[in-house]
Amino acid sequence: MNLFLETLIGGLLAGTMYSLVAIGFVLIYKASGVFNFAQGSMLLFAALTFVTLLEKGLPFAAALAVTIAILILGAILIERTVLRPLANRSPMTLFMATLGLSYVIEGAAQGLMGAQVHALDLGIEDVPIFIGDVLISQFDLVAAATAVTLALVLALLFNNTRIGISLRAVADDTRAALSIGINLNRIWQIVWAVAGIVGLVAGMLWGARQGIQFSLSLVVLKALPVLIIGGFTSIGGAIAGGLIVGAAENLAETYVGPYIGGGITPWFPYFLAIAFLYIRPAGLFGERALERV
Amino acid sequence: MSHVLSQTARLAPTVLPERRFGLRLPLLLLLAFVAVPLLGSDYWLGAILVPFLVLSLAGLGLNLLTGYAGQTSLGSGGFMAVGAFATFGFVVHGGVPLPLAVLFAGLVTAGAGLLFGLPSDRIKGFYLMVSSLAAQFFFEWLFQKFPWFYNYGSSGTITLPRLEAFGYDIGTAVGRYYVTLTVVVLLTWIAVNLVRSQTGRSWMAVRDMDTAAAVIGIRVYRSKVLAFAVSSFYLGVAGALWAFLYLGSASVQSFGISRSFQILFIIIIGGMGSIAGNFIGAAFISLLPLAIDHLAQAFFAGHVDAGLLQNIQKALFGVLIIGFLIKEPDGLARLFRTLGERLSSWPLRF
Amino acid sequence: MGSPRRSETTAPLLDVRGVSLSFRGVKALSDLSFAVARGEICALIGPNGAGKSSLLNVLNGVYVPDSGEVVFRGEHFRQIEPSEAARRGVARTFQNNALFRKMSTLDNVLAGLARHTRSGFLTQALRLPGARREERELRARAETILEFLDLQPYRDLIVGGLAYGIQKRIELARALVSSPTLLLLDEPLAGMNAQEKAEMSEFVRDINRDLGITVVLIEHDVGIVMNLSDHIVVLDYGRKIGDGTPEEIRSNADVISAYLGTVH
Repeated sequence: MNLFLETLIGGLLAGTMYSLVAIGFVLIYKASGVFNFAQGSMLLFAALTFVTLLEKGLPFAAALAVTIAILILGAILIERTVLRPLANRSPMTLFMATLGLSYVIEGAAQGLMGAQVHALDLGIEDVPIFIGDVLISQFDLVAAATAVTLALVLALLFNNTRIGISLRAVADDTRAALSIGINLNRIWQIVWAVAGIVGLVAGMLWGARQGIQFSLSLVVLKALPVLIIGGFTSIGGAIAGGLIVGAAENLAETYVGPYIGGGITPWFPYFLAIAFLYIRPAGLFGERALERV
Repeated sequence: MSHVLSQTARLAPTVLPERRFGLRLPLLLLLAFVAVPLLGSDYWLGAILVPFLVLSLAGLGLNLLTGYAGQTSLGSGGFMAVGAFATFGFVVHGGVPLPLAVLFAGLVTAGAGLLFGLPSDRIKGFYLMVSSLAAQFFFEWLFQKFPWFYNYGSSGTITLPRLEAFGYDIGTAVGRYYVTLTVVVLLTWIAVNLVRSQTGRSWMAVRDMDTAAAVIGIRVYRSKVLAFAVSSFYLGVAGALWAFLYLGSASVQSFGISRSFQILFIIIIGGMGSIAGNFIGAAFISLLPLAIDHLAQAFFAGHVDAGLLQNIQKALFGVLIIGFLIKEPDGLARLFRTLGERLSSWPLRF
Repeated sequence: MGSPRRSETTAPLLDVRGVSLSFRGVKALSDLSFAVARGEICALIGPNGAGKSSLLNVLNGVYVPDSGEVVFRGEHFRQIEPSEAARRGVARTFQNNALFRKMSTLDNVLAGLARHTRSGFLTQALRLPGARREERELRARAETILEFLDLQPYRDLIVGGLAYGIQKRIELARALVSSPTLLLLDEPLAGMNAQEKAEMSEFVRDINRDLGITVVLIEHDVGIVMNLSDHIVVLDYGRKIGDGTPEEIRSNADVISAYLGTVH
């Protein structure tokens, strides 16, 4: 029973990482209908910029501020050069453009800052502790707390600020939002910047654990099943999806893995997502669009 | 009616592509089968033309699925792996002669593609990508985890002892080139037949509007699943050729997710829904790195390290992809055609 | 129930029996019944939102009714796949054109021949004589239809860029080429000028008379409907409020108050 609990809790906590990545996705998808494949590269770029600035001797807060400034600039640049010229194109075209964008960002990140692994110390001890008689990673706890805090902050922002309300208007009905004078381009810039900052947080946490390196950008591939399970349009769903995927893959690896050779976490979430699609075609929290002819 | 006519004539840069081969096709084949092997060095044949042809074939496979039938896939690499490992399996475990092994492997891959295409009745658009990604990562895992697939070698790689087809040694650069070219020409011919037949029209109808396709009597689901199977057949054969005729020895790493992206880029750059586009896109993607290398050599003569060059190349590909999607969403094939129509006396237009 | 051809002893080609349909609790059709005789032109009229398009979607299987059944050529259906309806001879056009945008006019029309394709996948892939012969036959049929609808000037153009009226005609060609028994037309005259409307209704009349195809159409222009159709069914809020010949409909008090009197 302890093994089960530890596996479950370990998975849930690891799943908060997936949730963090998925939140960035959901923000962009809600505001612009873009399935942003570059979210993983943005995460890599943000974390790499931050750690490079630290290594150059900047204090923590300054490095953070400069990184965020760069992310905001990047968001404006992306909106101007990629999103605006592709406005009104099919979702598939936009997806492929973000695939191209991910190459640009990865190439730029590694070209400018090198491809070596950077260690990042956030001062969180990665020592497991006992809670009751269940062994839990302290680091995972901090990461989970961060994810929850971030989600709460975002929810507050979206419900209580002008920008947040405009964003929700855009997500609900783009045309109506435009007609009441909401500046769509500005909304996109803000959302991409916020997604970049969410990526920075996820990248810092993840990077502190396994080093900041190229493989960070691959986390984007895990976000897809998370989003399919949680729905593309709900932050709550993204969190739930991340937790489900994290827990399910950990349990599957522990209990099913040994019978079929192990190492099944790379593909297990995708099969889980397919199963979910059969049961709930729009995810747990997404709304299903009625097909009209 | 006449005013309508003149109006559409102005609106119509949209004459159907690829219906006019004329004399150019025989000329092109003559060039490929006779002139190139005579003039090309071993390096050009084996290290540039063979991979170019195999990538064209893989692009063709994905294009049938994505460009024609409208189903997105990020699993091309995984299906190529199935083709490579199944060929290896048939030769090593089954003693099947190589040409037959490649054919069987294509069929096995078609079966795998069919399986992962089954969810396409319930899952559409982005959601369907999850199915192809499932395939990609499952096959990567499968061929790494179970030593039977690579015959218990220590490195996990697959290599054929000798390359032989119908009693001929095809291990030389010229031999590998000829075999690849023949396979590619044959499968291209079949692809052209398919897209001009009712099968291809059904695929395009499903791509453009699946509800309307169903309403005119097209069995949409069957059409989609067939596209998955046919596409995978092509990718499987391409995987086998890539492993044994180009690389010589391959492992799962040769067919990772970045291979899937590469094939997708070929069809975006070359042109979705275009047969010639696959060749143009593959040529572009194989030649661009060479061009960048040469330029870097010429201008910086060794001052730029390989890693940086690779990253510049990666970023450049990204920029090109975005640029194409903005400026020329139908790819280079369309660009060439427009150019060709302007310079209609130029003899080499596609 | 008084179309002149109704008195014939043959069973109706299409018999709609007690069909109800709702979306998320909103009733689109309630307990709707009517019959269409073989060879007639039947018009469905009624205000926007009366359920006309939903009804067409039930007839060819795009929507599944909550209750009731559709009898077509003596076969009873509660639920049918759209492709199966097409294979039994029900063809249709859409209110907003539903063409295959990136295909040429000819390919759009050829696609409409899906139900007449016999050659298998391998035959087509290898272009065996059977496939070539069939392709020639299909193309000949498509060319005939293109000629019938004056569409040859557009045969090799991609349809996405063509004028709206032309697209409507191509959609009609695509429906017609499969030699349907029953043709469902959803607002075939919408968005056309007077001259185009006259041409199009002439086409519909030709299709009905020369090709012997039974037509069910939705149209708002009451003048044209009265001229063109043998039989009119009037819908209002998903219910039938009138059913008869143009003359009978003209004198039906319910219809006048609900529809003819207020609109147009």
